[in-house]
Amino acid sequence: MNDFTNLGVKAIRDGVAGGDFSAREVAEAFNAAVAGAAELNAFILTTPDHALAAAERVDADRAAGKPLGKLAGVPIGMKDLFATRGVQTTAASHILEGFEPEYESTVSQNLWNAGAGMLGKLNLDQFAMGSSNETSYFGNVSSPWRKEGTNAAMSPGGSSGGSSAAVSARIAPAATGTDTGGSIRQPAAFTGICGIKPTYGLCSRWGVVAFASSLDQAGPMARDVTDCAIMLEAMAGFDPKDATSLDMPVPAWEAGLDADLRGKKVGIPREYRMDGTDPEILDSWERGKEWLRDAGAEIVEVSLPHTKYALPAYYIVAPAEASSNLARYDGVRYGMRELPEGAGLQDMYAATRAAGFGDEVKRRILIGTYVLSAGFYDAYYNQAQKVRALVSRDFNEAFKQCDVILAPTTPTASFPLGEMSDDPLAMYLNDVFAVPASLAGLPAMSVPAMTNKDGLPLGLQLVGKAFDEQGVLNAGLAIEQRAGFSARPEKWW
Amino acid sequence: MGVARPANAQAMSVDKATVAKIASLARIKMGDEELERMVPELNNILAWVEQLGEVDVSGVEPMTAVIPNHLRLRDDVVDADPLTGGGKRDDVLANAPAAEHGFFGVPKVIE
Repeated sequence: MNDFTNLGVKAIRDGVAGGDFSAREVAEAFNAAVAGAAELNAFILTTPDHALAAAERVDADRAAGKPLGKLAGVPIGMKDLFATRGVQTTAASHILEGFEPEYESTVSQNLWNAGAGMLGKLNLDQFAMGSSNETSYFGNVSSPWRKEGTNAAMSPGGSSGGSSAAVSARIAPAATGTDTGGSIRQPAAFTGICGIKPTYGLCSRWGVVAFASSLDQAGPMARDVTDCAIMLEAMAGFDPKDATSLDMPVPAWEAGLDADLRGKKVGIPREYRMDGTDPEILDSWERGKEWLRDAGAEIVEVSLPHTKYALPAYYIVAPAEASSNLARYDGVRYGMRELPEGAGLQDMYAATRAAGFGDEVKRRILIGTYVLSAGFYDAYYNQAQKVRALVSRDFNEAFKQCDVILAPTTPTASFPLGEMSDDPLAMYLNDVFAVPASLAGLPAMSVPAMTNKDGLPLGLQLVGKAFDEQGVLNAGLAIEQRAGFSARPEKWW
Repeated sequence: MGVARPANAQAMSVDKATVAKIASLARIKMGDEELERMVPELNNILAWVEQLGEVDVSGVEPMTAVIPNHLRLRDDVVDADPLTGGGKRDDVLANAPAAEHGFFGVPKVIE
């Protein structure tokens, strides 16, 4: 018998279309794998019936000779930040526990229209605020990976840690993620899978629980570059309901995949070589250069002078936007309400938000409220937005000399759960390489490069010009073909 | 890691009273213990973002749109998108913790 959980997106789509197996068989196999992996805590809610119903529609369409969608028969995991009609959507928060949207997010609807089905809603850091998946109200997610010779639970990264855990554990062939300051790329790197954050505006934000609206962008996470290209084609597209959605056709990225990089220049940003970076991370970067050179690219050094300021600028801009976005949780229109005896309206707001938000969310709301408050707006928020403009300008200058930028995705490999959770600032620093591309709205991808001495995956990051997802995917493919990354976590769950 | 925390964290630090004020502005109820815990955490973060002051931003406009784009106008049609066009009272109220007589219920505001 076929073990369908070893198949990726492309293999499932092609196998279903070719009649090698039915969509229903695939959905059943993944539903069973999900049910058997409760120890990972990757899902907040499982929806096996949704996956089966979608599969049955695909099988019926195929039997009737109807055309099949780009993801026909592929069951996926949906990050629980996407509103799904009639299915609880929590953003991993207590305040939204039990919330069942009356509408469907554009990205998830696009995926269902393409023939995908939903295995369940994936765990994440609460309101996507975190880099380790330890801020969820519904408990930590465990990475399927462990350090060689230890049993300590490791972080799957964050905020899309349910997504990364599910894909790397092979309980989902692909998943949606969202990336505000690295939340697709960092968890992908930690778990040995691929993930791409497209150009800001390519995927609609409509129906995605808002964190920092000028940064939030959805993207796919999957086992390889091709599967990411297929997923992204289905997710992207103009949406009049999102004011920042880009009105442009979705390119045929899958058909355009080409790992021949002759004539391309790959930029190596010198400021990313920071003091104290793990030597194995630097080694993976060196290998990445060799692989891209082998694919025909020329390696050039570039400079992104404001790199060091990107992260502090992010930690003003993102909390400021979050404090504004999260003002909507007031205990009146949706979500939980905390109403102490005799409380008035203002007391109810404050009690509801105190009970409904976790510590990291509160911390960021307070930072955001402070930097936007009278007297501090110019010193903090305006200064950060100016620095952001300089970070973006740095990329524009660098892209005059190269086509795509290669850098590590993260400064370290995954760490044990609990190791960093008492130091918020140390945790923020894990996104130091990911945040600059977010501030500039550029497409960026993580692909697995190697495992370190502990047997944990390390990822390499590719950053492209705005709208050049193809260039990013192609360079990612060139690395994938040469890295030969085949390590898998040993099943312990 | 290469990002240093400045030694002098005095410049823009918050005390307990300030944190209490911010928490009140943000409508998050916090007890004494929580406020005290937040003070050093927020000060650590604020001291670290202070380094942005080193950057020469003269002549730089604050970023407003990360990807050049223009705001669209839609046709002036009622219910152009039936999902967001209106007439959805029951859907809007479906997740309200207290919905009464077709309205959102809230505690008494005026005595």
